Amino acid sequence: MATKQHKTTSVEKKLIGLADMVVTAAERSKDPTFAIPIRALSNVSFNERKGLIEMGAKKQTRSFFNVGMAKKFMQTMLVADALAELQRAELTTSLREIYYRTKHTIQDSHENTFDTQDESDPVIEDLEVSLAALREELHVRAENSGSIVGPVVFGDDGDRVDCSKLGKGGYSVPSIVEPEYLEIRRCTADFVLLVEKGTQWNRLSEDKFWRRYNCVLLTGNGQPPRGVRRLARRLHEEYRLPVYVLVDNDPWGYYIYSVVKQGSINLAFESQRMAIPKAKFIGLSSADPERYGLPRNVGIKLNEKDIARAKELMNYQWFKKPVWQAEIKRMLTSGLKYELDSLANKDFQYLTKKYLPGKLKDKDWLD
Amino acid sequence: MAKKHPTASATSTPTSAKSEAELPVPKKAAKPAQQVTAVEMGARQREISVAEFFTKNRHLLGFDNPRKALLTCVKEAVDNALDACEEAGILPDVIVKLEVVSNGEPIAPSQATRFRVTVTDNGPGIVRQQIPRIFAKLLYGSKFHRMRMSRGQQGIGISAAGMYGQLTTGKPVQIISRIGPKAVAHFFEVQIDTKKNEPLVHENKQIDWARPRGTQVTLEVEGKYQKGRASVDEWLEQTSIANPHVKLTYHTPEGETKDYPRTYHELPPSPREIKPHPYGIEFGMFLKMLQDTKSHSISGFLASDFCRVSPQLADEICKAAKVPAHSKPRELKGPAAETFYRTIQETKIMAPPTNCISPIGEKAILSGLYKQIKGEFYTAVSRPPAVYRGNPFIIEAGLAYGHRPEDQNKTKQPTAPKAEGEHEEDDSELARVIRYANRVPLLYQQSACSTFKSVLNTTWKNYGVPQSRGALPGGPMVIFVHMASVWVPFTSESKEAIADYDEIQKEITLALRECGRRLGLFLRRRERAASEYRRRNIFELYIEEVVEACNRLKGGKLPKEKLKGQLQKIANSRTGGAKTDEALGKTGAGPEGLPHSIIVTEEGVEGEVDLASQVESEAVAAPVQTPVEANPLRDEKPVATETKAQGKTPTGMKGKDAKPPKGKAAQMALFSGSDRLDRPDRPNRPDRRDRPVSASKPRGKK
Ligand SMILES: Nc1ncnc2c1ncn2[C@@H]1O[C@H](COP(=O)(O)OP(=O)(O)OP(=O)(O)O)[C@@H](O)[C@H]1O
Ligand SMILES: [Mg+2]
Repeated sequence: MATKQHKTTSVEKKLIGLADMVVTAAERSKDPTFAIPIRALSNVSFNERKGLIEMGAKKQTRSFFNVGMAKKFMQTMLVADALAELQRAELTTSLREIYYRTKHTIQDSHENTFDTQDESDPVIEDLEVSLAALREELHVRAENSGSIVGPVVFGDDGDRVDCSKLGKGGYSVPSIVEPEYLEIRRCTADFVLLVEKGTQWNRLSEDKFWRRYNCVLLTGNGQPPRGVRRLARRLHEEYRLPVYVLVDNDPWGYYIYSVVKQGSINLAFESQRMAIPKAKFIGLSSADPERYGLPRNVGIKLNEKDIARAKELMNYQWFKKPVWQAEIKRMLTSGLKYELDSLANKDFQYLTKKYLPGKLKDKDWLD
Repeated sequence: MAKKHPTASATSTPTSAKSEAELPVPKKAAKPAQQVTAVEMGARQREISVAEFFTKNRHLLGFDNPRKALLTCVKEAVDNALDACEEAGILPDVIVKLEVVSNGEPIAPSQATRFRVTVTDNGPGIVRQQIPRIFAKLLYGSKFHRMRMSRGQQGIGISAAGMYGQLTTGKPVQIISRIGPKAVAHFFEVQIDTKKNEPLVHENKQIDWARPRGTQVTLEVEGKYQKGRASVDEWLEQTSIANPHVKLTYHTPEGETKDYPRTYHELPPSPREIKPHPYGIEFGMFLKMLQDTKSHSISGFLASDFCRVSPQLADEICKAAKVPAHSKPRELKGPAAETFYRTIQETKIMAPPTNCISPIGEKAILSGLYKQIKGEFYTAVSRPPAVYRGNPFIIEAGLAYGHRPEDQNKTKQPTAPKAEGEHEEDDSELARVIRYANRVPLLYQQSACSTFKSVLNTTWKNYGVPQSRGALPGGPMVIFVHMASVWVPFTSESKEAIADYDEIQKEITLALRECGRRLGLFLRRRERAASEYRRRNIFELYIEEVVEACNRLKGGKLPKEKLKGQLQKIANSRTGGAKTDEALGKTGAGPEGLPHSIIVTEEGVEGEVDLASQVESEAVAAPVQTPVEANPLRDEKPVATETKAQGKTPTGMKGKDAKPPKGKAAQMALFSGSDRLDRPDRPNRPDRRDRPVSASKPRGKK
């Protein structure tokens, strides 16, 4: 299947290493075993100097000759095999396709290798962390669910994509944006504005906010997918662009910001390549309603879940800064949350014309 | 009473005396018409012939209904044949034949009311002049007057059967007997004169008989043939279990021939005759012995007619009872005899010798159980001799556990998937108790029997066997209990249930507990092996997948078979290795994963009793089969292909934890079920990439 010029990639080598591990163990009559770093809050720490969430050293082992793990072990080998196939074929695929590719009935039995995708997804994550390979490196993509518009030019499969000439729809950010797949040919923007919601991104794009303020507008339609985060990181790193995050004023918004800034607990091992420790929180802040005169009646009462979540956030080490404690506390005291959309209460273009310009001018953001 | 006081009639009856006191009535009150004088009564009083007594009370001897009567006839004849052979030191070879007797039209055996019972043995034969009295005189026999373990005791058995035939069909008993190849065979037809209890010889001639030695009895009786519980068939089968040294051939009324081969090649050691022990004698019997003794002195009587009474001890007893040692036994009467009897009972006397009992023996019991009951586990326990009321006895118990081949076949049938709450039918199966007294199966009055009560009182749950309160233990199990004694205490004359003596119950319980303990070991060991086996199966199932994946990863350049072999070796060693195979009977030729025979003996769990040495190789009447080295005794050999065929059968094995997986399909099913359980709870699923925390907020808000 390998094309003539296919060179064994480092990821492929790592995957083949799993087979070598099995062979060596078998030769020594040992139980084939490999280690998987544990992905849980208990195994992450916040590196204050780097401003990143880092994965701890705790590992769990997965061995074949253990009744509880035998199936998972077998599944891991099957997935590793499928991933190596992708490498050789130089193809990318989705989680779901991996599931279908590795699913079959075990010979002489009624048992399937996988029953649902819920069984194969974690196995892929296991391989990512234990081989220290990124999802993208494994050629597994998520859905494209991000958009970009602004003065930036990409090379995508040889096509030149000028994001300043794509109208208000912009360019759909692919899920894999590693340099081999997406080349940033040129970027003249001054900063990146990462907007939580597609609706507000549309507003800004329609109002050509990016042209006026010379910025790149990015959105991930909610929690930004890996491609969007990685692209923001590349722009930040390769073009030294500051990144501002614009989210709703609710615990979820804070969380999205924190994931962009220092990484997620789950994917702590990827923080190195995904997180943008210098990213700034531009709004909505719990101080904004008062400052911008948003009436109480456009707020939404915090529900129990919101309150619990907010309190949890206050306990995260990366929210321990006094400004953040004050920010979250203020929201809890008011008992209200505000959506970005509520700015329309004042004017349809309030966000574009008043709110963001003011914020940028005053450097009114949180770090 | 009236007999002794003929003048009593002169006095008034108590009733008239009473009325006399209360009401003045005429002196010559008319006597009620039905009143009889003692003289008149005396005229009617005479000896009752035992035969006449029997005619009216035939239920006492086991002839209460036609079905039981047929069994009793077979039983009496077979018991005699076996007793005679064993006493003569001959390995018994007995043929039982049941034929339907019809006048004209052939009748189905189940509908027939008349049968001809013929029992032939290779025993010592009977001398010509004794034949009429043995077969046509009640209470005539060789076994009553001695304390020796035998099946027959009273000297009633065969003549009662003959009389039953005579009463119900009018036909005489036919006998052929020959005492050796050089002697001639005699043919007799005898009937009993029920008034006199004396034989009437109808026919007596010399005949040619193909057999060099032995006896043949033919009875024609009213009866009913019905298979099942307490049938002739069951009795013979159980006889064969407890008497593996017997070769039994049974021609059924349906024309079939059932062979019960000899699997134990030695005669049981001949039981020794002993004298009664003083503790085992009733006062009445004691008085009779005083009259019958040949001794001239009391002390001589004690020392010579009882066991364990030395001349010194006899003198001591006399002294203690203040009876002169030289006084005549016949003169000891009344209160003096009673005091003397009590003194004996209070004297400390050594227990009777116990070497007079001939137990079946553990090996022979195993051999018998193994031959007749197809199970997976067998054990047998012979208790040391014990004594009840001066009678030595031995209790033996055995256990066969597991499934008969036909039942195993049943479970091999593809079964529909079971819904929740549904169970395999045989979950409710209860153990079967087979009881014996002096090697004779007891088929009636189970719940009155001490053996049965002891089975109920044993806490089988301790040994991993289910048991509801006050019920028999559950499961595919046969419990064997045997009491061997010079005198078995039956609850009634019909010899159907053993009485509850504490000493007997205690011994039975101890024997059962030991059997149970061994069964528990087996069940636990097998369960462990089964779970190891299940584990190994999981590994084996996945090895193929892992090897294939590795091979593809390595670009198809892997020595696959080598890797597979290495992994299989690891799997094997991590799941108990050969021990697991052995415990599950995988090493034998049985179906995959089906343990078919493990015998736990006193030597330990692992020890398999070497029955092979006692097996009469030609007796294993099995067709030429696969080499028998694995299990020489097993008649049925499951064919290997059966296992294959069921490979496609999905079977729900839930709720059958006691049973190991059978066949691959079942193993798979079992495994896939257990895998789900074994798998540790998945840690809270790592969040999807695109939803970092619990998805508490919908992604796209409008
Ligand atoms: N097949 C036989 N071969 C040799 N002797 C026999 C045979 N059948 C009976 N006898 C002799 O006949 C006697 C009487 O037999 P019978 O069955 O009437 O009484 P039993 O066996 O002594 O006691 P029970 O009444 O308990 O059976 C026996 O004691 C035995 O000596
Ligand atoms: Mg008899």
